[in-house]
Amino acid sequence: MDLNELTAHEILDLVKSGKTTPSDVNQAVLKNVKDKDKNVKAYVRTCDDAELTTPKTGAAFPIPIAIKDNICMTGQETTCCSKILFGFKPTYDATVIKKLKASGALFVGKANMDEFAFGSSTENSCFGPSRNPWNLECVPGGSSGGSAAAVAAHEAIWALGSDTGGSIRQPASFCGVVGVKPTYGRVSRYGLIAFASSLDQIGPITKDVRDSAILLNIISGYDEMDSTSINTPVPDYTKALTGDVKGLTIGIPKEFFIDGLDPEVKKSIEDAIEVLKKKGATFKEVSLPHSEYSVATYYILATAEASSNLARFDGVRFGLRKQPSTLRKSPIVDMFEETRDAGFGAEAKRRIMLGTYSLSSGYYDAYYLRAQKGRTLIKNDFDKVFTECDAILGPTAPTTAFKIGEKSDDPLSMYLSDIYTIAVNLAGIPAMSLPCGFSKAGLPIGLQIFAKNFGEETMLRIAHAYEQATEWHKKKVKL
Amino acid sequence: MLDYWLMITKKDVEYIAGLSRIHLKEDEIVKLTSNLKGILGYVEKLSTLDVTNVEPTSHALPVKNVFRQDIVKPSFSQEEALKIAPQQHDGAFKVPQVIE
Repeated sequence: MDLNELTAHEILDLVKSGKTTPSDVNQAVLKNVKDKDKNVKAYVRTCDDAELTTPKTGAAFPIPIAIKDNICMTGQETTCCSKILFGFKPTYDATVIKKLKASGALFVGKANMDEFAFGSSTENSCFGPSRNPWNLECVPGGSSGGSAAAVAAHEAIWALGSDTGGSIRQPASFCGVVGVKPTYGRVSRYGLIAFASSLDQIGPITKDVRDSAILLNIISGYDEMDSTSINTPVPDYTKALTGDVKGLTIGIPKEFFIDGLDPEVKKSIEDAIEVLKKKGATFKEVSLPHSEYSVATYYILATAEASSNLARFDGVRFGLRKQPSTLRKSPIVDMFEETRDAGFGAEAKRRIMLGTYSLSSGYYDAYYLRAQKGRTLIKNDFDKVFTECDAILGPTAPTTAFKIGEKSDDPLSMYLSDIYTIAVNLAGIPAMSLPCGFSKAGLPIGLQIFAKNFGEETMLRIAHAYEQATEWHKKKVKL
Repeated sequence: MLDYWLMITKKDVEYIAGLSRIHLKEDEIVKLTSNLKGILGYVEKLSTLDVTNVEPTSHALPVKNVFRQDIVKPSFSQEEALKIAPQQHDGAFKVPQVIE
């Protein structure tokens, strides 16, 4: 097996025992990027090595990593896959990058994403879509589709994504890899270009559960530069991987098994439940009665926050600037309006417009305030379930990866593909996706595990126990 | 009670575009009018929620009044901040005329 097909912990073991060298690992990944990325299109840019003087030691050395293009790295162009940020070279590192650099990470490049993380397929990237390594005609999911595709195609050993409504978990599910959305406040967002600040969270995308635990160890922790960061101790997440789920109670929400859930996905989830039952976990049916409101609630709150966050892209301090030659309103307003028209893609405009509408005078109470109350009800549903369960289990997405172009003209059907992932961000809780099967067509299926706030250890423990009992994570893409 | 979406017109979309500071082209306005109708029609679902005596949630975790010590720390230099400016003049960001 090629070095780039290994997990980070396997590589760390080989390096430690002298069976391979950091340089061989790096070369194996870079060669694969060169060979495969013209088809997969996971990366929008590779990193300029000269800028990256990391120590040759640490928990992330020598592991090549892909970074979603909405995370700032000093001197490395960071665009959120939007024309409005063309040429933007941040003058600082995001906190997660600072931590990775201190841990000796090798940065391969910036991964493709839906523009400003608006989407579930990477089709909204101004650079065009990434491809699903399992079937190049299918989307890799989104918005962190480039990160997930890079890991699945062995063009990186692991990756960072961001998750506002499922943007780590859904692409992980579509690409057959592991993706973790940590508790809100667990990982600093300083240097993550904001989409919806009350929902955004950075997290790992890896080849197995142990790698997610290791990467989470590296990036977690309090940061005074992010006022939403929470000052609770970071446990060693690898210690949670005991393989034992005896005594744990796992809830299955009845609302998850609805029309629209692909029968093959449903079957895989049911099989996963049997596997965990055999390992000693107890299952019980639970209810999240407000689930059906989560997509509507989310698309009001997330777009409202996005419209406000994206007000900063005005052509004044960084990025694109367009000055029309003829005067329409006033020289400065014309500059703002032309810059934003030229710089934002269709989905970004749609979300800014929807958010501006729901926040505008006369509609605020009916939409924004009502959605905030809906959020309370959704959060209360989870709180109630977690008084009787240690975790919740269900599908990550209602289907396997869809075809490129299949949903791109229908924004609402695209939004509904997030139905199982969205409520998690509204509630703040952690959740993860891991492979639990393949469809007849050969596309990966994802199992989602949810835990209560700061319950990452329980979540990882269940995921790891499931993974130990199955072989899905060992199936490799052949491109 | 949330039936505003039924009444969304091209004129509303132009007004929201103005608030959003985006100069949309004619075909974009037509498309967005139909998109917004569709999405808001779906969001109409929220009107069936009973929110009597429910407090709004703006933040998932209870973190309040996060202050830091009032200590001056090094930040970006003027030179660094201007390095990525679209246009600059005399150590400042240059913008089109603002005041008549």
